[in-house]
Amino acid sequence: MLAYVVRRVVATIPVMGVVALFVFSLLYIAPGDPAAVIAGDQASPADVERIRQNLGLDRPFLVRFGEWVWQILHGDLGTSIFTNLPVTTMIAQRFEPTLSLMAITLCFAVAVAVPIGVLAAWKSGTWIDRIIMAFAVFGFSVPVFVIAYLLAFLFALELEWLPVQGYTPLSEGVWPWFENLILPAIALGCVYIALIARITRAAMLEVLQQDYIRTARAKGVGQRGILFVHALKNASVPIVTVIGIGIALLIGGAVVTESVFAIPGLGRLTVDAILRRDYPLIQGVVLLFSFIYVLVNLAIDLLYTLLDPRIRY
Amino acid sequence: MDRRTLLKAVAGAGTLAVTGRLSAPALAQSAAARTLRFVPQANLANFDPIWGTQYVVRNASALVWDTLYGVNEKLQPQRQMVESEEVSPDGLTWTFRLRPGLKFHDGEPVLAKDVVASLTRWSARDPMGQMLKAIQKELTATDDRTFKWVLSKPYPKIMLALGKNNTPIAFIMPERIAQTDPFKQISEYVGSGPMRFVKNEWVPGAKAVFEKFADYLPRQEPGSWLSGGKRIMVDRIEWIVMPDPGTASAALQNGEVDWWENPISDLVPLLRKNRNVLVDIADPLGNIGSFRMNYLYPPFNDVRARRAVLMAMSQEDYMRALVGDDKNLWKPLPGFFTPGTALYTEEGGEILKGPRNLDAAKKLLAESGYSGQPVTCLVAQDQPITKTQGDVTADLLKRLGMNVDFAAVDWGTVGARRAQKTPPGQGGWQMFHTWHAGADCVSPAPYNAIRANGDKAWFGWPDAPQVEAEITAWFEAKNLEEEKAVIGRLNKAALDAVVYAPTGFFLSYQAWRKNITGIAKGPLPFFWGVAKTA
Repeated sequence: MLAYVVRRVVATIPVMGVVALFVFSLLYIAPGDPAAVIAGDQASPADVERIRQNLGLDRPFLVRFGEWVWQILHGDLGTSIFTNLPVTTMIAQRFEPTLSLMAITLCFAVAVAVPIGVLAAWKSGTWIDRIIMAFAVFGFSVPVFVIAYLLAFLFALELEWLPVQGYTPLSEGVWPWFENLILPAIALGCVYIALIARITRAAMLEVLQQDYIRTARAKGVGQRGILFVHALKNASVPIVTVIGIGIALLIGGAVVTESVFAIPGLGRLTVDAILRRDYPLIQGVVLLFSFIYVLVNLAIDLLYTLLDPRIRY
Repeated sequence: MDRRTLLKAVAGAGTLAVTGRLSAPALAQSAAARTLRFVPQANLANFDPIWGTQYVVRNASALVWDTLYGVNEKLQPQRQMVESEEVSPDGLTWTFRLRPGLKFHDGEPVLAKDVVASLTRWSARDPMGQMLKAIQKELTATDDRTFKWVLSKPYPKIMLALGKNNTPIAFIMPERIAQTDPFKQISEYVGSGPMRFVKNEWVPGAKAVFEKFADYLPRQEPGSWLSGGKRIMVDRIEWIVMPDPGTASAALQNGEVDWWENPISDLVPLLRKNRNVLVDIADPLGNIGSFRMNYLYPPFNDVRARRAVLMAMSQEDYMRALVGDDKNLWKPLPGFFTPGTALYTEEGGEILKGPRNLDAAKKLLAESGYSGQPVTCLVAQDQPITKTQGDVTADLLKRLGMNVDFAAVDWGTVGARRAQKTPPGQGGWQMFHTWHAGADCVSPAPYNAIRANGDKAWFGWPDAPQVEAEITAWFEAKNLEEEKAVIGRLNKAALDAVVYAPTGFFLSYQAWRKNITGIAKGPLPFFWGVAKTA
């Protein structure tokens, strides 16, 4: 097991290398010029060129890529072209809001989706099942920003229960922190609930047909015990898989949610960096996201062994 | 008091009753009343007003750095850090004396050597500064409070150059900071303005914080734009960046922010319905919409093709698409200079007036030799102003019988591609859309877009010697009457050559909570005199 973990961790290195090369190449060939954005409309072409030279953007691809890789190997993601701040500092500033949003969304989504998925499977074919699946279709179909606006209108503007925007660090109090994240987490969680609930239902339906469930019923195990002890545990591998896949969805969804609720997170940072062609920042953030994704996949693979003793690496 | 505040107060009172201690919400409310929360037009992504010339950087910089002169609401430069100035009879030697007691935020006094270093850095980047630098013989500090500028040629508009509100503004920084290469970004933000920048609370893309500078010495005169007493009435100003206008609107209505710099016109009716929100014109100098045609390649290398577009275009179409049917917000602009200012003129503007004549325009276009080749039209989709104008132009060109190659890109791509002089089929272009702040179009001094000196001109590279001759004449004009005469001729020459196509003049709104007072109309948000009650 330990050898497997070590192998997987080591395997992330070439993956990250490929991601780094891919991101850097894409940015190199993408149109756009940060020097022109910095110089502004009044600048002469000579001024723009001089800024470009100072930023080192006039140098060949391989030189720039080599320098960047060398920096990364020394733990330095470089400096933002626009803010003149280290990329690591900027990511650190934005990490907590995004992590908080993702964690609360994930908890909320799993807490809602798994029980309603189990319920839908248990009551399969009834009106309860249909209502839950109709909600799942709704969750998939309605864009995050529409749900976000509706929630903000109702709970912030009309009822005035919750703030419409912003983020308060956890260090300033649990309630102020949580208060700012309720609406974003619900908005972002809807699609995730729909996804997990559908998978939970499908996995549960399959498991509930198995012989050992029939045996458990024959032994007199109660409905709750059958659903949550015997069936859910055996149905959990696909559910955990989809939770893992959903983290990628969360990263994408966070971009929209953070913009709508003005949360200073990594999603907004990425969009801002792309629009301004802040190359070091884009490269740093994408590399971080890919690293997180590789780690999440590894964690899920390891979870399989806990959930299903038959799986061994 | 809104419901959330009330709920918090009730909760706070409960806490007080139970614990016998003052509750956090009560304290927070008191601090909130001394903090002005402002939603700026854009993200403050960098903070060097010389290196980065975006308006949002200028607006923030005006809080932190002070200027030698500052224009008032009549666009006349007034003394600011300067106590007095003296010019030699031949107009070649200017001697300036600083006000006593000026201090930087680090406690150091403002000295003439700081001014010299600051002006040196500024003059490397600013068009007026570059003109001054070209005729500069000497710029030296003669003592701690006096500096001398010796020129080889008189420059009557020197005080305007030092006090204008167009980017880059001649902000004064400590010498050690001002010695930074003007093409490199500074990393220390120490000024002598009325507010101090709180660097450790700066989250680019989200928040910037300014605190009142206790040692600031405001002038005695009332504040007017960049001139007069810059008296700050709050302890702290927080800039909260909100990329989504819907969120900013909701936050303002909800009382989570106090002042929104640029609400979009679609949301203004909603804001007006809220009894706690006030809405008014932000900047009387407004904006001028424009698109530029590339002088280097057909069909727009022929003046007849450019004039055909002007003959066919309806500024009303552009303005209604851009700002809607509220006629208070826009007007046609048969020229290039900002309406309502001293130099505004319509001389030579007939081509943009009256009913549009599409048939005559088609005939003129045919005479230019246009025979259906694609016209690459760059349209940034992430900027509502350019996107809307681009859609109207595409329709116009199609009605004119042109073959439109509509390049839907983002603003970053436009920024890079418009600088390409290669043929349109090889990464170049024939037309792109933009807009200019009205404050930049009040005279030729800050107005790069009207220059027509070929290769050195702004993108599109217009080449019209008559336009350039009139610009030179304006700089040499000795009084307003002379200036007006020159500008009339300049407007006509620029329209004859079609330096660019103005799509109209439009205004925008600003909105704020009713408990905020002292907000002025102007080309940038002026925070001095703005007060907040609980």
